[in-house]
Amino acid sequence: MAGPIRVSDLTVGYNRHPAVHHLTGAFAPGSLTAVVGSNGSGKSTLLKALAGLLPPMGGGIDLGGLAPRELGYLPQQAEIDRSFPITVLDMVALGLWRVLGAFGSMRPAHWTLTREAIATVGLSGFEGRLIGSLSAGQFQRVLFARLILQDAPALILDEPFTSVDSRTTADLLGLVLDLNLQGRTVIAVIHDLDQVREHFPRTLLLAREAVAWGPTSEALAPPMLEAARSMAEAWDENAPLCPEGAS
Amino acid sequence: MTWLFDVFLGPFAEFSFMRHALAACLALALGCGPVGVLLVLRRMSLSGDALSHAVLPGAAAGFLLYGLSLPAMTIGGFLAGLGVVVLSGAVSRLTPLKEDASLAALYTISLALGVLLVSMKGSSVDLMHVLFGSILAVDDASLLLVAGVATVTVLALAVLYRPLVAESFDPGFLSAVRGGGSVVHLAFMALVALNLVGGFRSLGTLMSVGLLILPATAARFWASQVWSQSLVATLVALGSGYFGLLLSYYQEWPSGPAIVLTAGACYLVSLCLGPRQGLLAQRLPKKHLQH
Repeated sequence: MAGPIRVSDLTVGYNRHPAVHHLTGAFAPGSLTAVVGSNGSGKSTLLKALAGLLPPMGGGIDLGGLAPRELGYLPQQAEIDRSFPITVLDMVALGLWRVLGAFGSMRPAHWTLTREAIATVGLSGFEGRLIGSLSAGQFQRVLFARLILQDAPALILDEPFTSVDSRTTADLLGLVLDLNLQGRTVIAVIHDLDQVREHFPRTLLLAREAVAWGPTSEALAPPMLEAARSMAEAWDENAPLCPEGAS
Repeated sequence: MTWLFDVFLGPFAEFSFMRHALAACLALALGCGPVGVLLVLRRMSLSGDALSHAVLPGAAAGFLLYGLSLPAMTIGGFLAGLGVVVLSGAVSRLTPLKEDASLAALYTISLALGVLLVSMKGSSVDLMHVLFGSILAVDDASLLLVAGVATVTVLALAVLYRPLVAESFDPGFLSAVRGGGSVVHLAFMALVALNLVGGFRSLGTLMSVGLLILPATAARFWASQVWSQSLVATLVALGSGYFGLLLSYYQEWPSGPAIVLTAGACYLVSLCLGPRQGLLAQRLPKKHLQH
C-alpha cells in the first residue's frame, strides 16, 4: 500500500519567479482533493510538478512509494496537438504504456481493454475517428478513456471539466468519483466551487502559497476565499530574493 | 511499344551509372518517406532544412582531409548534423532560446564553416558536387551506404514508432510515463541527419532535404493517418527519383534539382487536386450526409 503523496517546502516556478511558493502538506492515499484558486495561482504548475513535468526550484515531492509512471496525469487540452492524425483507438491505447512500455506489442486482449475503456466514457463507435474531428467534450472523454486504461493508483487531473457541457461534466465527474471509490488518490484542479463543495471532501486553496488546505468546508470559508482573491497576479520583476530559500 | 521501353527504361538498361542512381533513389525513398512525414507532422520541416545545411562542414572536413572519399564525407556529415542537433537541443534547454532559433543560429555558422573548408582545398566544381550532388558519383560504395541508411531508418522507426508518435502530439504524456522524450527526439533527429547524408551523394547536401519534405507535404493531401501518409510519401519519393533521373538524363540537368523539382511538381499537383482538402476539393460542391 502506498503512503501519502507529500510536498515539503515545495517551490516551483519559471525564470526564478515562484508560481508555487513553500508549499507543505500531504494528499492521503485514496483521498479526493480539489485544487482551487484564481488564474495564475499556481494550480497547473503544482500538478505539473507532481507529475514530474517541472523540476522543483526548492523543497521536494515524496510520492509515498509510488513510481513516477504510476501517476495518471490528465493534461489541459491545449497541451496536445489535436491536428496530429491519430485515431481515438490508437490514442486511448497509449494508456497501456505501463503494461507495454515503448516496445511491447498489442495483443487482442489489449485491444479489447482499449475498446472497453472507450465504451466506459460513452464513445463506442468513435474508435476510427481522428482526434482532430472531435468536439472538446468528446476529446475530453478520450483523455479520460486513456486515463482509465492507465489504471494508475493516483490521478492528477488538470481542469478535467473545463470547456465541456453540463452532461459531459456530469458523466466525467461520475467517473472521477468512481475511480476514487476504487481507492485511487485523486487531485484535480476545479474552477466550479459549488461542484467542489458538493463532491470533493478536501480542498487546497492556492494563491501561489497555500491559503488553506484541509476539509472543503473550512478551506472554502469566506475569509479564506477573500485572502486568496487579494493575491497579486502580476510578477514583480524587481522582487527581492526569498530569504527562506537558497534558490 | 518499343519507344516506351526506350524512353522510360532505355537509359537504365544502357548505363550502369543510371541503374546505380535509380537504386540509390529507390532506397533513399524508403527512409525519406516515413521520416519526412513525421518531420512535417512534428512541425519541424524548417528544422530539417536547417539540418541539411549543418551537415555541410562535416562533409567538407572529410573532403578536406581525404578528398572525394565517401566514408569520410558521410561520417563527417553525420557527426556534424548530430553535433548541431545536440548543441541546439542543449542551448534550448539551458537558455530561454527556442530550439528553432538555436538551430538556425548554429546551422548558419555551420554552413559558413563548410563553404570555407571546401574553398580552402577544392575547386568550385567540387563545391557544386557537394552542394547539389552528381549521379555519376553513385558507385557501389554509395549504393551500399544509401541501402544501409534505409535499412537502419526503417528498423529504427519500427522500434521507436510508439514513443515517436506519442512525443509528436502529446509530449507531456510521454514525460509523465517516463517514456524518454529527449532520447526519442534525439534519435529521431539522428535519423533525419542520417537520411540527409544518405542523400547527399546523389542529391547534394542542400537538395537532399527536398526528398524528405516534398513527398511528405504532398502525402498529406491524399492520406489521413501516419502510416498511410508514410506509404504515399514513399511512393511519391520513389516516383520523383525515377522521373527525376529521366529528366536529368534527357535534359542534362544535375540530378539533385531534377529529382527535387519532380517532387515539387507532385506537391503542387497534390495541393491543387488532392482529395483531402486540396484547393479543388475544397471548392467543389459536395452533398452533405443526413447525420
